[in-house]
Amino acid sequence: MWAILSILVQNKPGILFKVTHLFRSRNFNIDSISVGVTDNPDYSKMTITTYGDEKQVEQIVKQLDKMIDTVKVEQLDEHKTVYRELCLFKIKLSNASDSMEINKLANAYGGKVHDVKKDSIMVELTATPDQIHAFEELAKPFGIIDMARTGVAALQRGGA
Amino acid sequence: MNKMESMTGAKALMMAMEKEGVKQVFGLPGGANLPMYDEFARCDIRHILVRHEQSAAHMADGFGRVSRKPGVCFATSGPGATNILTGIATAQADSAPMIAVTGQVPVAMIGRDAFQESDIIGMANPVVKYAFQPRTAAEIPESVKKGFFIAETGRPGPVLIDIPKDVQINEAEMIFPDEFKIQGYHPWADPDITNVEKAIDMLLHSEKPIILAGGGTIISSAFAELQAIAEALMLPVVTTFKGKGAFPENHPLSLGPIGMHGHAEANKMMAEADCVLAIGTRFSDRSVGTFEEFEKRLKIIHMDVDPAEIGKNQTAQIAVVGDVRSSLRIMVKLLLQRAIKKTEETPWIKHVKETKSYWKENLKLYPGEMGAAKILRKLRELLPSESIVTTEVGQHQMWASLFYDVIQPGTFFSSTGLGTMGWGFPAAIGAKVAKPNVPVVDIAGDGSFSMTENSLATAVLEDIPVIVFLLNNSSLGMVAQWQRTFYNRRMNGVDQGHCPDYVKLAESYGAQGIRAQSIDELDKAIKTALSSDVATVIDIPIDPEEDVLPFVAPGTSLSEMILPS
Repeated sequence: MWAILSILVQNKPGILFKVTHLFRSRNFNIDSISVGVTDNPDYSKMTITTYGDEKQVEQIVKQLDKMIDTVKVEQLDEHKTVYRELCLFKIKLSNASDSMEINKLANAYGGKVHDVKKDSIMVELTATPDQIHAFEELAKPFGIIDMARTGVAALQRGGA
Repeated sequence: MNKMESMTGAKALMMAMEKEGVKQVFGLPGGANLPMYDEFARCDIRHILVRHEQSAAHMADGFGRVSRKPGVCFATSGPGATNILTGIATAQADSAPMIAVTGQVPVAMIGRDAFQESDIIGMANPVVKYAFQPRTAAEIPESVKKGFFIAETGRPGPVLIDIPKDVQINEAEMIFPDEFKIQGYHPWADPDITNVEKAIDMLLHSEKPIILAGGGTIISSAFAELQAIAEALMLPVVTTFKGKGAFPENHPLSLGPIGMHGHAEANKMMAEADCVLAIGTRFSDRSVGTFEEFEKRLKIIHMDVDPAEIGKNQTAQIAVVGDVRSSLRIMVKLLLQRAIKKTEETPWIKHVKETKSYWKENLKLYPGEMGAAKILRKLRELLPSESIVTTEVGQHQMWASLFYDVIQPGTFFSSTGLGTMGWGFPAAIGAKVAKPNVPVVDIAGDGSFSMTENSLATAVLEDIPVIVFLLNNSSLGMVAQWQRTFYNRRMNGVDQGHCPDYVKLAESYGAQGIRAQSIDELDKAIKTALSSDVATVIDIPIDPEEDVLPFVAPGTSLSEMILPS
C-alpha cells in the first residue's frame, strides 16, 4: 500500500538526517520526500510517501512518533487529502509538429510550458504522482532529456 | 535556582551534573575534553579512569542498570568517541540509562577533517535515545538537564552530549533551569484500565495462560506486582533472557527463561500455552524463535511503555501502553476488587508443575566434575541472594541463564540485545560502584573477558573489588558449538589456546588470581574471593567440548529443542 505521512518537526539542523536515517535503519522505503518551513518558523513540515503493508506503515508512524524531534505524525487518508507534486520535464523536439503536440498534452494535464528552444521544450506540471507518471509515459516517445520532481506536498481537507 | 552566574562551559557541565546527583564519571581524557578534566579538581565528582573508552561506557551502563540513574562516561573526540559507540549501542539495545559526554573539535574546525575529529552525532544517531551538541556554552546546563530526563524516563536509553572544545572553554551567563519543555517527547501514557480489565478476562477464560516477563519488568521494578498477579491467577511465569530474575527463580510458579537457550520446561510450556500476558518485552527473535509460529498459536496481551513495540514483532489482541509497573498495579487492584484469588490447581498448572519437575530430574547434564551446571550451582549456593551478577556473552552466559537461579529479583544483568562481548566485567565494576556493599560477580568466558580484561587496572587502582568468575575453555565456545552443530565440526578461528595464564594476568595487575580445578577448590576460591577486598579472577578450566543445551536452532520454534543426548 502507498501511504502519505505528514510529519511536523522542529525546524532545527539535522532533523531531516534523523528522519531519513530512521527509514534506512528500520528497513522502510521512502518513495518521495518534501520539506519546508511552516507558517510558524519553529517548525518544518515533511511529507513522506512510502510503500509497505498496513503493519509496516503503522510501525513507521509509531517509530517516527517516538522520535523526540517530531511534534506530530499523521498518516493522511488519500481520499480526504489534497496531494500534489511539482515536476519539470525537458522534452526533445525532433519534428516541426512536436512543439504543438507537447503543448496540447501539457494543457490536457494542466501544465505550463516554459523555455521553448529550437530542439527542446520544458513543461511544468503540478499534479498527483499518478498523473505525473501518466504524462511521463506520453512524453517518452518524444524523448525526455531530463526531469526533476519535488516530492509530494499534502494537506487533509476540511477541519480546523 | 535560576540566578545567572558567569562561568565556563566546562564548569557549567560539572555543576549541572552535580545537580543531577552525579557522584562519579567513568572516562579517559584527551585533547578535546581537557577543559572538562580540569574541572575534576574543583568539584566533588569522582573520576574513575579506564583503559579503553568502551569500558567506560559499559561501566556507566552497569551503574545505570543497577542504580536506575544514568551512569556517566567521558571520552575525548575522534577515536575516544568512536570507542564508546559500542557501549552506547549496547545500552540502547538493552534500554539502559546512560549519559555519554564527548569532547569535540572547536566549532570553527567542525567539518574540516581536523585532528581527532569524528562526526559522532551522525554516527551515534541510530543508537542513541537522543543527542545534543551545544554550540554555545550557555546551552550546556539545559542540555544536561534535558539529557538526564530523556535518559531515565519512559523507556530508558543512552543520551550523547558532544561538546566542542571552545564551547567548554567559553564563559557565559549560565541559567540552570528547574523546568523545561521537550515538545515531542511523551515518555508516559496512562494505562488503559478497560484493556487491563479485558486482559484479566482473557486470562481467566483461557485454558493454558502463562506470563512472559521481559526486561521492562526489571527496569520498572514491577517485581511485587508481578508476583501478586502470578499468585492470584495461579499463572506459570516464564521470562525472556533479559527478564531473567524478574520473578524469583526458586518460586514454584517459575519456569525460567524461554528462548534459544531457555529452560526446557519454559520452552515446552510456552509452546503449549494458549494465552500470554507479555510484560515489557519486544519479543526478540532469540526469545520467541520464529515470529509467525509464535503468534499463530497464542492470544497475546502486550504491556509495554513503548507504543512502537506494540505490533512490531508480534500482533497483540490486547495492548496496554504505559509503564508496566503502573499497568500491573491496576491489574492487582482490579483482581482485589473482583476478589480473584485462585486456590485450586487447574489441570494446566498441574501439568506445568509435572513438566517442571520432570525436566528438573531428567535434563541430562555434563557427566564430568567440572561441568557448567555444577560450577554455576556452586556459585549460587555460596553467593548471598542480594549479590549482583553480570555476564559476558557466549556459552557461559547461557549456562548462567540455565543454571544460576536468580532468587532476589533485579540482581542479574547481561548484554542481551546487542550481545556485546566484553560487557560483563566493566559493567560489574559500574554495578559495584552503584552498590558497593553487595558482592558483584561477572560470570565470564575467556573469549569475552579478553576483550576488556584491562579493566583489571581500574578495579585495582580505583579499589572496586569485583569477582570475575571465568569459565575458561580456551576457546570462543559458543561459536565453536555452532561450528560443531551446523558446520560439521569444521572448527575455524575458535581456539584461543591456553594463553594468557589468567592467574598471573590478574596478579600482574595487582588483583588476586585463583585457579579452581575441582568443585572443592572452587568452593574455597569463591569463599576467598567473597572475603577479599581486592578484585579477584577465579580461573576455572572447563572442557571445550561441553555444549549449551537445550538449544533452539535459529529460525525454528520453541518446541523444537535440541536436547542433550
